[in-house]
Amino acid sequence: MPDIADRPYDDAPVSTSKDSDAAVKTAISEGIEEQGDSLAAWAVTINRPAAELYAWWRDFSNLASVMENVDRIDVLDAQRSHWVVKAPGGSTVEWDAIVTEEREGSLIAWTSDEAADVANSGRVTFRDAGARGTVVSATILYDPPAGVIGKLVAKLFQREPNIQVRRDLARFKQLMETGEVATNAMNPRQLEEQGA
Amino acid sequence: MKALTWHGKHDVRIDNVDDPAIINPRDAIIKVTATAICGSDLHLYDGYIPTMQSGDILGHEFMGEVVETGSASTLKKGQKVVVPFTIACGSCYHCGKHQYSGCENGNPADNQDIARELYGQPMSALFGYSHMTGGYAGGQAEYVRVPFSDTGPIVIPDGVEDEKVLFLSDILPTGWMAAENAQIEPGDTVAVWGCGPVGLFAVQSAFLMGAERVIAIDHFPHRLELARKFGAETINYEQTSTYDALMIMTGGIGPDAVIDSVGLEAHGLFVDNAIDQIKASTFLGTDRIHAIRQAIIACRKGGRVSMPAVYGGFVDKFPLGAVMQKGLTLKTGQTHVQHYLPGLLDAIMEGKIDTTFLISHRLPLEQAPDGYRMFHDQQNEVTKIVLKPGQSVAK
Repeated sequence: MPDIADRPYDDAPVSTSKDSDAAVKTAISEGIEEQGDSLAAWAVTINRPAAELYAWWRDFSNLASVMENVDRIDVLDAQRSHWVVKAPGGSTVEWDAIVTEEREGSLIAWTSDEAADVANSGRVTFRDAGARGTVVSATILYDPPAGVIGKLVAKLFQREPNIQVRRDLARFKQLMETGEVATNAMNPRQLEEQGA
Repeated sequence: MKALTWHGKHDVRIDNVDDPAIINPRDAIIKVTATAICGSDLHLYDGYIPTMQSGDILGHEFMGEVVETGSASTLKKGQKVVVPFTIACGSCYHCGKHQYSGCENGNPADNQDIARELYGQPMSALFGYSHMTGGYAGGQAEYVRVPFSDTGPIVIPDGVEDEKVLFLSDILPTGWMAAENAQIEPGDTVAVWGCGPVGLFAVQSAFLMGAERVIAIDHFPHRLELARKFGAETINYEQTSTYDALMIMTGGIGPDAVIDSVGLEAHGLFVDNAIDQIKASTFLGTDRIHAIRQAIIACRKGGRVSMPAVYGGFVDKFPLGAVMQKGLTLKTGQTHVQHYLPGLLDAIMEGKIDTTFLISHRLPLEQAPDGYRMFHDQQNEVTKIVLKPGQSVAK
């Protein structure tokens, strides 16, 4: 099985490997549930303590305010939450997410349940970065709907998770560092129109 | 409200648009009392800047009165403020280092993708300057929504006339940072390419920082006249061989520091765009590349190259060999306006820096489209146009 040993003298994150199959396999070997063959990953540094960021994220009902495509998240119990997510063409997709691993202040991992419209799994880590705050890294494994064409359509709608992870983390950073999510809307009505 | 809106190349209009209103807690709404047309606005006007949309409100040099505040704003209604053209949060790592134009949070997440592709990381947002830099409505309007109003705007003492402080919004700190980036030492000779507003403020700033001589280079007689007024020696490059003149004027050594305040965004943000536009704009493109090349070639060994001039994309024939062989230091960047505001406001109040000399024309906001035409067509006579929303239209 390919793993880091197949990239001698290369300390780069596996998600950036040019061998995407190996990257996916390595992600799975590191504890992310096997829920697809597409990998999205990004990292941001946020000028706040890890404990604060972790606590905010762990209350999953918060996440809809920084995740552009998420309509709503209902917390069902300590481990399970129900996600309703916008999909291309005005439809929605839904799934239950189950926490598979958590380490207070440093790691949250999840997987979607068997009935998910879009199978996905992933991990968010919070690593202390001293005076710079906290490095928040997200790795998501997913099964894109309708294969390659679905991904193409999704990209046209700017709903492709690689871009989406980056944007969602940027909004999380904005909210945590500044107390608000930046918008270029001139007034609340325009803001609402942009969200539609 | 009324606002100056962009609809395409050489097509700006006064439109009636929605009033802005508070959205986020740190917002304030400013009633604009004075706003200027910037040289860089002309490149929006000329259609060189991608990611513009029809109806975008222009203007990034503005000031006014606070009329509404969000719950986390530190401003108070009735205060007079000048607003920096860069939208910076004051809370991120870059703002903490006073590198405000690198602010990570002002640019909405959806608008960050293009700059990431081009530059590696997105920059701060700007008012009224395309969607790549945020898509925020600008200040050539009756009212503006100003985000992070607790960090950006500087409060102006009562009784100070607008025109004295308006240029704190962009061109004064930009000229000052250009001189700072030239790392001037007492006794230095500093050469400045371009005597537009930024170049003229760089001339004044260089003297304040201890330059013994400043040599200003342009081809508009009126602008050279202004540079001379501040003590600069001048070179008109249309009638003089600039390199030879600089070498002889510096005893064969070359200027200790050189400042390029010519180059503009017109070089385009995409390589194919840039090539097309340079071709289309004939000698303008080559002139601009020529200025930074000439500055690097003229600069003395071990000297400093400061580049406040805005470049958006790629340039050909950049003399990298001269930079390396001569051991030059190159410093540049969008202006960290917020960092310079308190010191420069003091310098204005103490009379150390003259700002109002620049203004050649004053117009009511309604006549802004005429202002763009004049500024575009008559660069010798029109050095700066200030628009005044609320001023009645002359019959």
